[in-house]
Amino acid sequence: MFDVNKIREDFPMFKNNKDLIYFDSAATSFKPQCVIDEVVDYYSRKTVNIHRGDYDLSFEVSNEYESAREVAKTFINARSKDEIIFTNGASSSLNLVAYGYGQKFLKEGDVVLSSEAEHASNILPWFKVCEVTGAKIEYIPLKEDGVFDIDLFKKVMHKGVKVVTLAQVSNVLGYILPMKEITAIAHEYGAIVVCDGAQSVPHTKTDVIDSDVDFLAFSGHKMCGPSGVGVLYGKYELLEKMDAFMLGGGSNARFDICGNILLKRPPYKFEAGTPCIEGVLGLKKAMEYLMNIGMDVIEANDKQLVTYLINQLKSLDNVQVYNPHSDCAIATFNFKDIFAQDAATYLNTRNIAVRSGNHCAKILLNVIKASETIRASMYFYNTKEEIDKFIDVCKEVTLDKCIGVFL
Amino acid sequence: MMDENFKRTILLDHYSHPRNKGLVDDERYKTIHMASDSCIDDIKVQALIEDGTVKDIKFDGVGCTISFASTSIFTDLLKGKKVDEALSLINEYYDMLDEKEYDPDHLEEANAFDTLYRQPNRIKCGTIGIKAMEELIKASIENEK
Repeated sequence: MFDVNKIREDFPMFKNNKDLIYFDSAATSFKPQCVIDEVVDYYSRKTVNIHRGDYDLSFEVSNEYESAREVAKTFINARSKDEIIFTNGASSSLNLVAYGYGQKFLKEGDVVLSSEAEHASNILPWFKVCEVTGAKIEYIPLKEDGVFDIDLFKKVMHKGVKVVTLAQVSNVLGYILPMKEITAIAHEYGAIVVCDGAQSVPHTKTDVIDSDVDFLAFSGHKMCGPSGVGVLYGKYELLEKMDAFMLGGGSNARFDICGNILLKRPPYKFEAGTPCIEGVLGLKKAMEYLMNIGMDVIEANDKQLVTYLINQLKSLDNVQVYNPHSDCAIATFNFKDIFAQDAATYLNTRNIAVRSGNHCAKILLNVIKASETIRASMYFYNTKEEIDKFIDVCKEVTLDKCIGVFL
Repeated sequence: MMDENFKRTILLDHYSHPRNKGLVDDERYKTIHMASDSCIDDIKVQALIEDGTVKDIKFDGVGCTISFASTSIFTDLLKGKKVDEALSLINEYYDMLDEKEYDPDHLEEANAFDTLYRQPNRIKCGTIGIKAMEELIKASIENEK
């Protein structure tokens, strides 16, 4: 049985910030004690490098590092642990696909298809790759309210599209895209699918065999793990073909003075240099922690929380909501006639942490016709009581009060 | 310290009815685009500076109450001033935000920001347009040399 009060006891941030209402989990999530303990344990009991150490501790930590790959494999239901590459985070994973795969295989005139809701991390690397290769980017239009529509996707899909790159959950609107359907259509045209899972993997059950996406990127820190670590999943045959983004120790098997390099097999050829070991170990604990609660439980709980929050927000006269059907614990809104940042500053004075801005999705804001918004994002450790307190504060927000903060 | 209600009136007034808002298409005006990386403000400032005098300032863009009000107030404050006088007003304003000594008599409506230092993460908003003006004035001085 899911007991949020018991869950909250796992997170020391709540104990140390008693009156804080934290609604910025889409930016980064809190960490449970077991993840913190694991990172501390690495630094206090087993600070050694992985691979090739001929002593017990290095053997132990190397094994744990590899077992994290096994856990990640289970977490997203990959076919093999060798399809799991550890990176510095989702941005780093997405860049690896763009430069390692896109830059190698795209040719002049090829098309990368994306959407107007994309985060900078999933679109800027492709801008650059297109500049180098002569490929071009096209966009799937969104419906008026910012919702993805499979028919609009079918309409713009064509043979020239070689890569479809999409965030499964928009970090602004919180809508879940039908990745399985999208991938089936893309594959009919011979395109590969890159899925930015930064917002979806922490909040929904992920199954890469079922969705059949070719690449999936996600970050540890948004799913109770440490920052500075993330994952790129790729189908093994694609990983074999694609180039490493970085070369160095750990990624090669042999090299000579003539410049011949024999790279290791995936995933190791992509992991040059000493990785974020404590991050990978912490991420392993985080994934185990989430699986222990159950991703389906988390997803259902998210939906309940966000539906409650959005219904409450919609009932307020001074608020405009931009994503009334959000699936994923993200509510995006504005107070009428108040600049988002001014309202967020006021909320801060009432101990509420939200984010204002364009949330790195600068193209989307043309669609929802707001240059900046407030985003309240939750996770399974948030409560209805927090939402009630938040709504009580929202009721009292006026321009006059927002300005009052500065006087 | 300026009276709170008076400050509120000034800020609301300049935010709701910004002065000198709207850019002109005139090549005698120099333009600077300020887009801050950590906040949302995205403001363009134009200045016409001739014979060592700030003859006109205009601005436009998207911004919060603090950035809009401070930029608007400074367009009023600097217009018609000699460049060195304008720079010294800007420096006094920075001193106020840094909690250093300054003369409130010089800053007129900009005194509305005399407690902005309490919101350190918003100092950027209160200086974004003024920094643009400072750059434009300094560039004009360089050009005169």
